[in-house]
Amino acid sequence: MTAGAPTAGLAIETRGLTKRFGRQTAVDGISLAVPRGSVFGFLGPNGSGKTTTIRMLLGLARATGGRIRVLGQDMPHSWQDVLPRVGALVEGPAFYPFLSGTANLQRLDAADGRAPSSTRSARAGEALERVGLTHAAGKKVRAYSLGMKQRLGIAGALMLPRELLVLDEPTNGLDPQGTREVRSLVRSLAAGGTTVFVSSHLLAEVEQICTHAAVMSAGRLVAQGSLDELRAAGRRQVRIQTPDGDAARRVLLDLGLAPEPGPGNGAPVTAPLDYHLAPERIVAALVAADVRVRGFSVEATSLEERFVALTGEGFDVAH
Amino acid sequence: MLRIDPDTTGRGPRTTAVRRGTAGWALLGSELKVLFRRSRTWAMLLALAAIPVLIAVVVKIASSGPDPGEGPPFLDRVSQNGLFAAVTGLVVSIPLFLPLTVGVVAGDTIAGEAGLGTLRYLLAAPAGRLRLLAVKYAGAAVFCLAATVSVVAAGIGIGAALFPVGPVTLLSGDTITPGESLLRLLLVAGYVSVSLLGLSAVGLFISTLTVVPVGAMAATVVLSIVAQVLDSLPQLEWLHPWLFSHYWLGFADLLRQPVEWGSFVDNALLQAGYLAVFGALAYARFARKDILT
Ligand SMILES: Nc1ncnc2c1ncn2[C@@H]1O[C@H](COP(=O)(O)OP(=O)(O)OP(=O)(O)O)[C@@H](O)[C@H]1O
Ligand SMILES: [Mg+2]
Repeated sequence: MTAGAPTAGLAIETRGLTKRFGRQTAVDGISLAVPRGSVFGFLGPNGSGKTTTIRMLLGLARATGGRIRVLGQDMPHSWQDVLPRVGALVEGPAFYPFLSGTANLQRLDAADGRAPSSTRSARAGEALERVGLTHAAGKKVRAYSLGMKQRLGIAGALMLPRELLVLDEPTNGLDPQGTREVRSLVRSLAAGGTTVFVSSHLLAEVEQICTHAAVMSAGRLVAQGSLDELRAAGRRQVRIQTPDGDAARRVLLDLGLAPEPGPGNGAPVTAPLDYHLAPERIVAALVAADVRVRGFSVEATSLEERFVALTGEGFDVAH
Repeated sequence: MLRIDPDTTGRGPRTTAVRRGTAGWALLGSELKVLFRRSRTWAMLLALAAIPVLIAVVVKIASSGPDPGEGPPFLDRVSQNGLFAAVTGLVVSIPLFLPLTVGVVAGDTIAGEAGLGTLRYLLAAPAGRLRLLAVKYAGAAVFCLAATVSVVAAGIGIGAALFPVGPVTLLSGDTITPGESLLRLLLVAGYVSVSLLGLSAVGLFISTLTVVPVGAMAATVVLSIVAQVLDSLPQLEWLHPWLFSHYWLGFADLLRQPVEWGSFVDNALLQAGYLAVFGALAYARFARKDILT
């Protein structure tokens, strides 16, 4: 795999993937398309079905309906070929509290029948170093803090080189420094050609590291695409209250904006706003053209607002 | 600090070459390590070892020995020959203490991993569901042997320390040397370990049904007691040969000259039957189970 260049094809592809728990539909006919080489953000509020989807991708839970292909092969049918190439963190880390960090990593690695025993302890040491846990390698996991366990979980996913990493809320419980470290880790893994599928309910996090995203809401996939595509679907707009409507529209045209043709003077003037044009420049231009500005606002249908709109109330947006 | 090593970020050719057919036994080794690094395992083995010690010490400090036929079988022989502390210890442990510890280990096999959440990581590794079940059962079987051996070894040790050790008179009246009797003790330990394999298979199956390990442990132990109760009801005689506990105390034939293998074979066949049936049930259940913990 060449560094940085996405390989043709999809790392994850689902068709109509559905999971029902009794009468509740946790995942409702979702069709994911995760391009190889992408960093794919899987967004959604609590209980929207992210973890359930990930469990099905990894063959932990059986789908009620639909098809799954991971790294070009059917899951769960081809788990023996697929899973050794996938590193995973599912719904938080889980370890044997009475074993040390190193022993826990070695235990997980031994579970993969194809992982070479001869390099096991060396690889555990490397993985611990990459997540900054070398100093706690020999400590019992019982004595780890939440963030240390989370780091150890990430180390477990990195014990072997992977083609696909599935990380379910990897920054959960991490301090700001740890969050930054995970971000830079994800970036460099992606630069090395690994596809990273990362679930989160933090939009800010997804915006910073992802090339693509999908949004879940109550078990349904409500949006999917590259980050640019998602942004384009919801632009900001300016809204100007002025008695001089026609003059205002001329100013906006001069600035390269495309104001909506209004009914003339009196009604508010609106125009979609490009990201590179600072709103204060518009105000300055309007004033310079003697437009009487009585109100000026930027209505930000940012990615954030769009996700709030998509997923309804209660969406956890962190800044 | 998160350090990025470009050699290990992509799928390197080095590892693809090595990752084939190695480490088939690594999971079993790892399973045994996890089992024997737990303090709980050692606490149970120590408790089992304490049983013959307790018996020997009580016999030693009691002024008069018990009359023949009083107390557990072989108790009256302990003061004459220390090796009988091991046999008496086994006879006392078989109805409750051994099934209790085996029930804890066998009931914990899958449910314990599910409860910890490590089951999802083992299966995503991927361990493979059949392979994981087999390794878990093998771990429980090793524990059966360790449990029996710890009773026997502690019995030999304390018996030799407190009482004379001499030639042993067998149930058939023949006398064998102490060296030979050690071999017989090993044989008995093997018999008792094999006796517990059926219960382990039942525990493995129960363990696939729940994510609460304590529940699986308790259910397994309760079943072992129910089986012994049923085995004691004469009205159910037709059922007795099918109960996994039926041959538990039947190792007397190994203390005759020559050794009578009949009950050893019957016991082994019965336990193998339980393993086949409950192993299959466990796989049928586990293979299609949703791992949601
Ligand atoms: N074992 C289960 N039995 C019944 N319902 C379940 C089970 N696991 C999950 N659910 C339901 O499925 C839905 C999706 O849960 P899931 O864990 O996938 O959400 P999530 O998007 O990962 O949420 P979070 O952000 O909180 O991790 C929820 O409504 C939940 O109640
Ligand atoms: Mg979740």
